[in-house]
Amino acid sequence: MLRPSVEQVWDWLATIPDPEIPVITLVDLGVIRDVVFRGETCVVSVTPTYSGCPAMSVINMDIETRLRDEGLSKIELKQQLAPAWTTDWMSPRARMALEKYGIAPPQPAGGPARCPRCAGNDLEKLSQFGSTPCKAQWRCRSCLEPFEYFKCI
Amino acid sequence: MTDQNHLLQFLLRQGDNALILSHRVSEWCGHSPILEEDIALANTALDLIGQTQMWLGYAAEVQAEGKSADDLAFLRDAWDFRNILLVELPNGDFGRTLLRQFLFDAHQSVLMGRLIKSSDDTVAAIAAKASKEVAYHVERSADTVVGLGDGTAESHERMQAALDYLWPYVGEMFTSDDTDTAMAIAGIAPEPSTLRDEFHALVTRVLTDATLTIPGGRFSHKGGRTGEMHTEHLGHLLATMQWLQRAYPGCEW
Repeated sequence: MLRPSVEQVWDWLATIPDPEIPVITLVDLGVIRDVVFRGETCVVSVTPTYSGCPAMSVINMDIETRLRDEGLSKIELKQQLAPAWTTDWMSPRARMALEKYGIAPPQPAGGPARCPRCAGNDLEKLSQFGSTPCKAQWRCRSCLEPFEYFKCI
Repeated sequence: MTDQNHLLQFLLRQGDNALILSHRVSEWCGHSPILEEDIALANTALDLIGQTQMWLGYAAEVQAEGKSADDLAFLRDAWDFRNILLVELPNGDFGRTLLRQFLFDAHQSVLMGRLIKSSDDTVAAIAAKASKEVAYHVERSADTVVGLGDGTAESHERMQAALDYLWPYVGEMFTSDDTDTAMAIAGIAPEPSTLRDEFHALVTRVLTDATLTIPGGRFSHKGGRTGEMHTEHLGHLLATMQWLQRAYPGCEW
């Protein structure tokens, strides 16, 4: 096959859903830092969200599978630590998708702006950790529903 | 000892602290007082195991004997571990586990802040990554220490007993040897003793809020980070942690 353009590879990557939060893609999440071709080899640099996040191995596998499906055979996945991932890299589209999905998007103030279910803002923190390392548990005192908040780091 | 050997020792100390504490914290999985705390402890252990992979991964690279982070974690014996004694102590009750976590997190938060400026790019990158997680850990463990210390008569008494038990293990974090001096000269890591004031300011503030009294004695247990003498608890911990790789060498799934 002809070597695809870097833009084409980014377009393919932009269709891969996050394994834990399928409403956002890996590109939305900001974990894919770079795509280059070194000769025939497609080198994709990936940065971990949290250092021990178990989803990272699935993320790497999903990237490799997607690119193989498009006919690329030489793929190298590179772990990139610096600069460390920050929720600032999350796209505006991802933030909206998260809220619609029921997860409050990260805020610089350190807590959710409003309840993703009823938009109420009388909120309390239940626990600093949630079902994945990247989330915390909060509750809305207006609708009484617990919800997850994507931690701001 | 060569410079590379000192760097290896330094990396093993960082990696082993994270690994052994991660294992201890993970022992709570399924046993915590409430579900939220169970999840929080499991996530803390997970962050620590991630940091372990980075530290021991780099240690294996520096060692250049073709080993992996997994080899270092699962195939070394107790006398080769370089963690401080504090992290290998048995968990005790929930309060003692969280108080140990706070003492460790407080030290890590000061140390990682310095390591971000390390002359070694990989050390700086690992510290930058870890410091975000550590900032979150210390916030939680400090809150819990205050909540339990300044809680009921029962929780206060247990937290004071935990502090009396753990405090003599704090001093080891600030001891220094040739490796520390070599790291300081190379600009890779600060001399441990230079972290003491900042650590004490943070710890004193939180323990005062928690209505707990820091014990007066100056005695300090040591021997873990030099590998000179671990407590009897480390061997038992390793027996549990390493048995699968020892019984089925090279096992993967």
